[in-house]
Amino acid sequence: MLRIEGIGKHFGGVPALSDVTFRCREGWTTALIGPNGAGKSTLINCISGILAPDTGQIHLQGLRLDGLPAHRRPFLGVGRTFQNLALFPRLTVLENVLCGLTPQGEPSMLRSLLRLPATRHRERLLRLKALEMLDAFGLTDKSQWPVSILSYGDRKRVELARALVSEPRLLLLDEPVAGLNAEETARIGTEIRRLHGAGLTILLVEHDMDLVMSVSDHIVVLDSGRAIASGTPGQIRSDPRVIEAYLGRMSATA
Amino acid sequence: MTPRDKILYFLRLHRTGLTVWLLAGFLLAFPALAGNPYVLGISNLIAVYLIAVIGLNLFIGYAGQISLGHAAYVGLGAYGSALLTIHFDLNPWVAMAAVAAAVAFAAFLVAIPTLRLSGHYLAMATLGFNIVCHTVMTQWDQVTGGPSGLAGIPPLSLGGVSIDDEAKFHYLVWSFAIVVLTLGLNLARSSLGLALAAVAQNETAAESLGIQVGRAKTRVFVLSAVLASLSGSLFAHCFTFINPDSFTIFNSIELVTMVVIGGLGSIWGSLFGTTLIVLLPEFLHFFDAFRDIIHGLILVTVLILLPQGLVSGLRDLLRIKLLAGRNNA
Ligand SMILES: Nc1ncnc2c1ncn2[C@@H]1O[C@H](COP(=O)(O)OP(=O)(O)OP(=O)(O)O)[C@@H](O)[C@H]1O
Ligand SMILES: [Mg+2]
Repeated sequence: MLRIEGIGKHFGGVPALSDVTFRCREGWTTALIGPNGAGKSTLINCISGILAPDTGQIHLQGLRLDGLPAHRRPFLGVGRTFQNLALFPRLTVLENVLCGLTPQGEPSMLRSLLRLPATRHRERLLRLKALEMLDAFGLTDKSQWPVSILSYGDRKRVELARALVSEPRLLLLDEPVAGLNAEETARIGTEIRRLHGAGLTILLVEHDMDLVMSVSDHIVVLDSGRAIASGTPGQIRSDPRVIEAYLGRMSATA
Repeated sequence: MTPRDKILYFLRLHRTGLTVWLLAGFLLAFPALAGNPYVLGISNLIAVYLIAVIGLNLFIGYAGQISLGHAAYVGLGAYGSALLTIHFDLNPWVAMAAVAAAVAFAAFLVAIPTLRLSGHYLAMATLGFNIVCHTVMTQWDQVTGGPSGLAGIPPLSLGGVSIDDEAKFHYLVWSFAIVVLTLGLNLARSSLGLALAAVAQNETAAESLGIQVGRAKTRVFVLSAVLASLSGSLFAHCFTFINPDSFTIFNSIELVTMVVIGGLGSIWGSLFGTTLIVLLPEFLHFFDAFRDIIHGLILVTVLILLPQGLVSGLRDLLRIKLLAGRNNA
């Protein structure tokens, strides 16, 4: 499904990723873990097109993604959320989710100015679709709220709803439960499992090990920009390199 | 639903359209109510400004960009219409359309290098473009008439009737203004409007949702330049006389002030902002001498206190207060 091949990325001479290679299998939840600064977000940004890798290739179902502008990728089925939230603060919850429907068709300037019945009809359908998504996330009551006044947990869920509304084939999640309390974390966990059950391919970046271990089929460990290990949750848990690089450090700081 | 609910629902659903019709009805009767060419003259000026201000608001409020040079496009429209009709005897309507098309193309060319810039750099670039245009208008005597400008611009006519007094101007310019207002409201409510608002608020997120940020900005910029050009053409044909003083950077700042008072992205706010700034000198006579300073002060104060603009900033504050209150209850 997704093939990452020899991806390298430098920031002003400092390597953030070097020669990272792995695959995400169709219908699997692949977790990408590693200590702070390991390059996880950088890799997500390369896949979604916000950053261009210096070397290597990214293939999605045989199609080469790197080199395509970021705005093309949602049309190919790539959806994502951001580590530090990237909502449109002055738009309402509904409007934010509606923006996620861009891949369903770009409106022309002339049609939008004239607001012809056909355009209005189309927009009503999009609205219904967005409202359905809000309903699934229990956000219906807040659909008219500007997102800036929502709780952090609600915002995270709006962002997930926005990424899902266009029905992507590949979902990139950059720390979906960072900063959430136990209850909210469980809620997102349930949601990820539901998506997994529905056959979505997910690449999950997350520090919450309980979540990672419980939802992933496959785990890739990144350290200082290199993929140092990969395997099933069971294998990763007992891999000495991983414990050294990551889990050990985690428990040392905890 | 009871009949009363049905009526309320209908009103709610069609509130925007109904408000436009209400305004149109009021404007239809306005010349009879005003009964005074001076008052009509002022209201006509509001309409001419409004056309440019709505375009500028789409650019600032939706694409999230800043233009401190929009008076240049108004000037291009005015001078273009004047030159084509005076020197080439072109039909004023044809001239207006031709100039608008030429300005659209010019704006497209300007957009390619400048819209890559952001913040202060974009502000400086648009300001610079305005200064260049103003300098050409002032210095190129043989064509533009230099500082004294061009006189004897023929009026527009419709069905053989020449549009040459304040009452006729009223119907002309307000027809244009209402159409532009409606188009602006349509765009703002469309999914394209939403995409543009998204670009203004977070380019990275917009891009990763499939919105073509660069293209979106260029399209709104071209649209806003075309509206500015139309506003300039109407200005030229209604006043039959133009000079460079109407198209300086201070006029650009005045346009931005109108946008900011009404609120970024608020089409109705633009109507309010334009009306207020045009009317202010009528009530405060000292205002005229200090108008540039006062515009600057209003602009800076509003932007520091309510970055979203006066009216929509206050509305957002109120809405958040109300929702927060309900949330706690
Ligand atoms: N835009 C940038 N410019 C310069 N350096 C960057 C940029 N983005 C990331 N880096 C650097 O690249 C390295 C990898 O960062 P990245 O954000 O990918 O880490 P991460 O694995 O997501 O960490 P975290 O778990 O803290 O989110 C870090 O050293 C970071 O400082
Ligand atoms: Mg990160």
